[in-house]
Amino acid sequence: MNVKSPDEIPNKEYKEALLSLLYQLADDDFILAYRGSEWLGLAPHIEEDVAFSSINQDTMGHATMYYQMLEELGEGSQDSLAHARPSHERRNAILLEEVNGQGNYLEEPRYDWAFTVVRHYFYSVAKKVRIDSLKNSSYEPLAQLAIKINTELYYHLLHWKTWFMQLVNAGGEASVKMREAVKRVMDEFQGVLTLGPTGKEMAVMGLIEDEENLKKRWELSLQPVFQSTNLAFPPTTAMKKGNGRKGEHTADLDQALSTLSEVYNSDPAATW
Amino acid sequence: MTEMIWNVLHTVKDPEIDSISIVDLGMVNRVSVEGDMISIELLPTFMGCPALDIIKANVLKACKEQLGTEAVNVAFVYDPPWTSSRLTEEGRESLKEFGIAPPPKDFTGVEDWKIHCPYCDSPYTSMENLFGPTACRSILYCKQCKNPFEAMKPISTMM
Repeated sequence: MNVKSPDEIPNKEYKEALLSLLYQLADDDFILAYRGSEWLGLAPHIEEDVAFSSINQDTMGHATMYYQMLEELGEGSQDSLAHARPSHERRNAILLEEVNGQGNYLEEPRYDWAFTVVRHYFYSVAKKVRIDSLKNSSYEPLAQLAIKINTELYYHLLHWKTWFMQLVNAGGEASVKMREAVKRVMDEFQGVLTLGPTGKEMAVMGLIEDEENLKKRWELSLQPVFQSTNLAFPPTTAMKKGNGRKGEHTADLDQALSTLSEVYNSDPAATW
Repeated sequence: MTEMIWNVLHTVKDPEIDSISIVDLGMVNRVSVEGDMISIELLPTFMGCPALDIIKANVLKACKEQLGTEAVNVAFVYDPPWTSSRLTEEGRESLKEFGIAPPPKDFTGVEDWKIHCPYCDSPYTSMENLFGPTACRSILYCKQCKNPFEAMKPISTMM
């Protein structure tokens, strides 16, 4: 059964599962694009500044498309979905909301590049697995969008894989920091891989494959990289700080939301 | 009537590469007329591209100025997805005029790019940064004529 447009949605259960999936996809890309944008002007070198900005712009574009899809399903305007929802309504994984490091953007940002590279690389691999599955989604507008997102994701993966391999294999301080970052990212990565309380319904409705399959494919994608860098495989993932898919979040998300929506909240009715 | 509309669309340029029209970029998917209403379907190149809203506004403006009508609906669609093979031959030449090398043809994501310098046509070039000043461009260097230049990223559904 394929659903070609919002008008063809067969029942309440299908719609609920679809909405829940779209919120996860949108909120994941949105908050990670924001954290990435906080590196503007701070990246290790000028070429990276250009590349990372471009990746963040793409990723924010993907979030926008998902919010637009939610808007078409009657969830409110894409701007309010992005800016006006409090943290407990957000469905992004906790790992993606975490600050880039100590300090803040305007005052003594002592951001952690190893953490950033590992988080972005592992997330991009997980996103690729999801997008590949979404290409066969029963909700056709989502399947079409996945084909389009995939063409851009290709470049993100190349980029983060290059950084990851070079830093892990660099020896010295870089390797130590990268291994610490891998441990830290894995401690929360289950939160990225889970599809939350309605994951089973999503699979039953053919919106996306079930999370066990997706997780397995994510591990398999990382296997050659882990083996060539002598990292333990398969990695052990956990979800120590809570499940973002259930609306559980940390103070880091509140901080991010208050900063990123400051301009929006100054005049929510304004046209930009 | 649709031919007239295509001619109008030929005058709408990419706001960031003003030598190329949105038609030659392969962004126009379909033009149709029903009664007095004109419908134009555009394919976004990159989704986060901030030029999309400007392009839409420029299409509306061009239709108003050249056709005298405001009954125009411009929609962005994703099926079929835009790929760099949609560029026309004329479009590829227009990119070079702007100092941007056109993307390799029929890119599948596996092979290395072979990009010729848009100034001297030398194949002796190196990739400096896969990402460039806009989402759709990379930064390269020509070792023959010693000019830095940009290239449009290949985008393919085979990737």
